[in-house]
Amino acid sequence: MSGTMFEKIWDRHKVHERPDGQTLLYVDRHYVGDDLPLEAFETLRRKGLKVRRPELTFAMPDHYVSTRGRSLADTVDAERRELIEELVRFTAENGISLFPLDDIRQGIVHVVGPEQGLSQPGMTIVCGDSHTSTHGALGALGFGIGAAEVSHVFATQTLWQRRPRTMRVTVSGIPGPSVVAKDVIMGIIAQIGVAGAVGHVIEYAGETIRELSMEGRMTLCNMSIEAGARAGMVAPDEVTFAYLAGRPFAPKGAEWDEAVVRWRALASEADAAFDREVRLDAATLAPMVSWGTSPEDAGPITGRVPDPRGIADPLKRSRIEKGLAYMGLQPGAALEGLAVDRVFIGSCTNGRIEDLRLAAAVLEGRRATVPTLVVPGSGTVRAQAEAEGLDRIFLAAGCDWRHAGCSMCLAINGDMLAEGERCASTTNRNFVGRQGRGSRTHLMSPAMAAAAAVAGRLTDVRQLGMA
Amino acid sequence: MERFTRLSGVAVPIEGADIDTDQILPARFMHKRRVEYGQYCFHDQRLDTTGRPRPDFVLNRPGFRQPAILVGDRNFGCGSSREQAVHTLVDFGIRSIIAVSFGDIFRTNCLKNGLLPVTQPEEIVRGLRAGLTASPGLHLTIDLESEQVIEADGTAHVFSADPFGRSCLLAGLDEIDYTLTLLDRVSAFEAAGQ
Repeated sequence: MSGTMFEKIWDRHKVHERPDGQTLLYVDRHYVGDDLPLEAFETLRRKGLKVRRPELTFAMPDHYVSTRGRSLADTVDAERRELIEELVRFTAENGISLFPLDDIRQGIVHVVGPEQGLSQPGMTIVCGDSHTSTHGALGALGFGIGAAEVSHVFATQTLWQRRPRTMRVTVSGIPGPSVVAKDVIMGIIAQIGVAGAVGHVIEYAGETIRELSMEGRMTLCNMSIEAGARAGMVAPDEVTFAYLAGRPFAPKGAEWDEAVVRWRALASEADAAFDREVRLDAATLAPMVSWGTSPEDAGPITGRVPDPRGIADPLKRSRIEKGLAYMGLQPGAALEGLAVDRVFIGSCTNGRIEDLRLAAAVLEGRRATVPTLVVPGSGTVRAQAEAEGLDRIFLAAGCDWRHAGCSMCLAINGDMLAEGERCASTTNRNFVGRQGRGSRTHLMSPAMAAAAAVAGRLTDVRQLGMA
Repeated sequence: MERFTRLSGVAVPIEGADIDTDQILPARFMHKRRVEYGQYCFHDQRLDTTGRPRPDFVLNRPGFRQPAILVGDRNFGCGSSREQAVHTLVDFGIRSIIAVSFGDIFRTNCLKNGLLPVTQPEEIVRGLRAGLTASPGLHLTIDLESEQVIEADGTAHVFSADPFGRSCLLAGLDEIDYTLTLLDRVSAFEAAGQ
């Protein structure tokens, strides 16, 4: 038998194939957040339809929710509160399970899905959010869709898709101290570019990936979209099974045993051919930070802002010139030592318990010298962090310890930067205006963001020494 | 969905690669109801912080008012899946975007909203932009039936649209209604337990 993991999952979910190559693909799991345009719901009502498989669909508010409290009244304005209310109403009408604000399971869909055992190997998983690639960490095919496609899944539990190409990214080498999954994915994107994987599904392979924890793999797959990929995935293994075992929605007993047998067979065959191969040596990586306005604009903390005049591609040169002007950076400036105004630790990229532990390890016994917002990815993560005493570390360091949500990753819930403010952020996008109009975002790992909080400037966490 | 067969209108060059959906529609307008939604299109580039048009931005230049077509470059519409980015373009009057390549989700969102994404090689896209910049207000014609981009002087460039997307646009077909005709296959798939 030959075939990649992607092809195996794709082939098993084909409902119908048109002669023109369009495939009707069955959807096993559909997550719904609160940031859809109302059309997504109205389309169904207008057609007099109900959601076809509500039991495969799980919803939770995440983008617009206030991190200051767990009441709808905390929402920043009536328009946004109504969108959360509309999600509640639509899911109730259609018998869809919803994790409401006062449910400990509420959080960012890409944190909650795996955490609850709802995302499982071999599944097709979609959500009207580009970071649905996260779920590929479990050996699933997870990808983001638009609102019209969300309506289509509601009505038919399927999607029309054209088969993407495959790319294998093999990462070898033992990462140095304080080099984590975030640095690996930022290194990959810096290498292949933000359009490097357009039209492809990435499978991450190699010894470095095998050694990553499940949560590290989620960070990795999460940012696949930042390389333009349709999805990112990692073959399920013992790490995956150990992570899933005992989770609320994971199979139990004999069903679990059968599932593990099926899941083991998902891995790409040894002779499987990929359309593209990319390699990276993790041993060459240092903790990464972004300096521009695209996720590919990133380098080691020990490095400098590049001089655009040295860039041959005129398009890239002009983009970076504009980016540096926006970021208020001079060519050749050292990244280390650059003063920041704010720090944000959280998001679907780095809002999980391991991320908070990494940040807390740096902040323990130290003080944040700039305003630092710590936002857990879910209520469950928050409770776990509090059980471990991480909240006390954050609070003792002077950080703001909040409730779960997307928060300042895209700054549409009231948590945002002011014009011109510079932020060390554990998020996924450093686009112009991403964290508020005129905001300047530097992407990095949780430990690096915590180090920036302590120093008030971009700092090589390896120089801090752990508390 | 509105049918798309042939479109003629003012085309505007959008310089730069990797125009992300946060630029097209800043996230803080995602929650706004779809009423005069075109006002948010390229908001932060079109308008300064006091709400005045920025004269240096291409969509504010004389001759580029009321455009129907944008000519971008590589990886147009990368980033988030927010379909509101397509809504604001459509409500601004844009019915087609010509680019070297598109973000995958954005391209799909365009097709579902009657906005035709057209892929052309780098030299052609850059040639088109240079021509439009030199003579603001020039029209381009996009014929989906014959799959051609036609310049004002008659020069034609062939493109290849996704066959399914093309037939949906030509017929103004509602994809959900179409898939509902195939529900017996979906049921059979479900019954087979995958």
